[in-house]
Amino acid sequence: MKLRGRILDVACLNRFTRVVTTISKLTKVCVLRLTPDNLFFVLSGKVANGGIGMWCELSQANVFDEYQMEGVSSEDNEICLEVTPENLSRALKTVQSAKAVKVKLTKKHCPCLTIAAELPTMSSTSRVVTHDVPVDIVPRRLWHEFKEPSMPDFHVSVYLPPLKTMKNVVDRMKNLSNFLVMEANLIGEMNLKIETDLVSVTTHFKDLGNPPWGDDASQDGGPSHSREPEAMVQARVDIRKLQQFLMGQQVNPSKAMCNIVHERVVHLILLHEDVSLQYFIPAVA
Amino acid sequence: MDCVVTGGNVKVLAKAIHSLSRIGDELYVEPQEDGLALRSVNSSRSAYACFLFAPLFFSRYTIPSGHTFRCKIAIKSVQAVFRSLATLEKTVEKCHIELDEQKNHLTFTLHCKHGLMKTHNLSFQDSESLQAVFDKDSYANVFRSHPRLLVDTVVHFPPSLEEVTVSVSDERMWVRNHVEEEAGDSESKAMLTELCLASDEFDHFAVQAHNSVTFCLKELRGLLVFAESTGLPISMYFDEPGSPIVLSVTDSVLEGNFVLATLSDDHNHQVQSTECTLPPPPPDDFMNDDIDAYLIAMDTSIAPGPSATCLSTPPVADSICSKQSAAANHRTRLHSEEEEEEEEEEYETADSGRPPNKKFCSLFFGSVLSPSSQMTTQPVTSQEVLASDSEDDVQ
Repeated sequence: MKLRGRILDVACLNRFTRVVTTISKLTKVCVLRLTPDNLFFVLSGKVANGGIGMWCELSQANVFDEYQMEGVSSEDNEICLEVTPENLSRALKTVQSAKAVKVKLTKKHCPCLTIAAELPTMSSTSRVVTHDVPVDIVPRRLWHEFKEPSMPDFHVSVYLPPLKTMKNVVDRMKNLSNFLVMEANLIGEMNLKIETDLVSVTTHFKDLGNPPWGDDASQDGGPSHSREPEAMVQARVDIRKLQQFLMGQQVNPSKAMCNIVHERVVHLILLHEDVSLQYFIPAVA
Repeated sequence: MDCVVTGGNVKVLAKAIHSLSRIGDELYVEPQEDGLALRSVNSSRSAYACFLFAPLFFSRYTIPSGHTFRCKIAIKSVQAVFRSLATLEKTVEKCHIELDEQKNHLTFTLHCKHGLMKTHNLSFQDSESLQAVFDKDSYANVFRSHPRLLVDTVVHFPPSLEEVTVSVSDERMWVRNHVEEEAGDSESKAMLTELCLASDEFDHFAVQAHNSVTFCLKELRGLLVFAESTGLPISMYFDEPGSPIVLSVTDSVLEGNFVLATLSDDHNHQVQSTECTLPPPPPDDFMNDDIDAYLIAMDTSIAPGPSATCLSTPPVADSICSKQSAAANHRTRLHSEEEEEEEEEEYETADSGRPPNKKFCSLFFGSVLSPSSQMTTQPVTSQEVLASDSEDDVQ
């Protein structure tokens, strides 16, 4: 297994750092998959993670100017590492002013992702900083757990309101209840509802628009589930998980969508340039 | 005692107090002939700081005649007097510090604009003398730089980071975070960060011994904030591991010294970069639960071994040799093989019930005012400092 990459473009470095920082706010530990073309940050939707699944994909070419990767073998030409994204984020943040950042897979006291950079200084010699971020190699037998999640058969897909607005609403609702109901319909309306013994609060969003998924996506659950366009499809989720998702966002996405499978799962998709982030929140009873 | 500080010096005094507050909870005040000394020490006696303001710093400086006066005050109370630096700068014209010995008060009066006067009566306690024993001019390695350099270095390390190791060669200085060797514990694999500074980034870089010292970074940040805001260059002095590292700022009217204990073991760079070297198993007779017994053993045994830096000096009033930080929850460090084996000072504690010790064995506090040269029986070990270049590809 070999990995050597160099990031020379400041904007790319910046963007990559922001992506990693967003990931670090969503989860403590995740899997980083490296293929010849892409980088993926994956959290498998296991019970251990509270059922939360995450899939973030970026193209390697938009991060690295030089990229050499040799996977575990020629058939399985990829590298799968378990990493603490916060460490990566911290390392990357300190090298923002560097002319070049090297990323290498190394073996120090344990396998590490080494971030090394030369920082500009007032003197003739530059300052060299090296961060060794410890990683765990994920064995091939577990790779199946980190495959791209299939798009669930959602009932409704709707564009999200501005994330900042959503975050403000959800932050306040969190004080009142632990669970929140997200519902949306086919005419671009979305509601966020909480209900307790004493109080119920609903925030209504209108005119959001529904993304056109085309024929292959079952927008309405198939002909047997023909829905009224204004009928709401809902899922009740743990409010903290939604809040965590909203808190971490560092980049204003160019597209933000929410797919809801009635009473099963909320699937959030954010797209920004070539970076896509998918986040699955399971519904609770 | 009667002193008056005017104008911009009030802010400098305030900043010094704030930076001392990062060290300990109490401010030791001692008006001396050569100036007003403000000192602080941390609870485990592994960090000490002293600011000495010369009489010229004050517009009036009178000290109690006849007897030496010393006191200590809760530092939070003094900080409350100088709470907002911005306000101080804008409104305070002068600060009057007066001693009322009958009432055991130290009165701080802030004379502000528009005739406003804020008076703070802070009660003090009599205190013993607090004076760390160190002789920085005798240290092998001396550096001086603009504070920006150190601030920029420290920013690479997380605020929660406790210890850093500084290693030097003739042309370079490496700063890296110090991670305990925890053999067999694969869970906590901490991130390692290393920064390499070239000698020409410093205003002065004089290395006589290629040493590595490990000390607590947290306590240093107070000095960095002070130096950066005043723009004063920071001088750094250190010798071999075990003897403290001293950082100073000086100008014509003040001198600040931050003295931090360093790990006395020769934590060889090679040990750190070697993969999974298991330490020799600790001898059974050491593994006892009784922390007090351990301490007493430390104090009374006049260790013949080289690590006995702290034990070989004559009995000192307030000295506690080993830094025992139960709260910090450090694991005991492992001896490297060639070091003082007979001193059963540090071994990995398998017993989680017993608070682990870290040995920072190098601060002495004497009742003697004049700093004397620190006795060190440890031979100067010149150490090969290797840049970590164990960058092998993962096979």
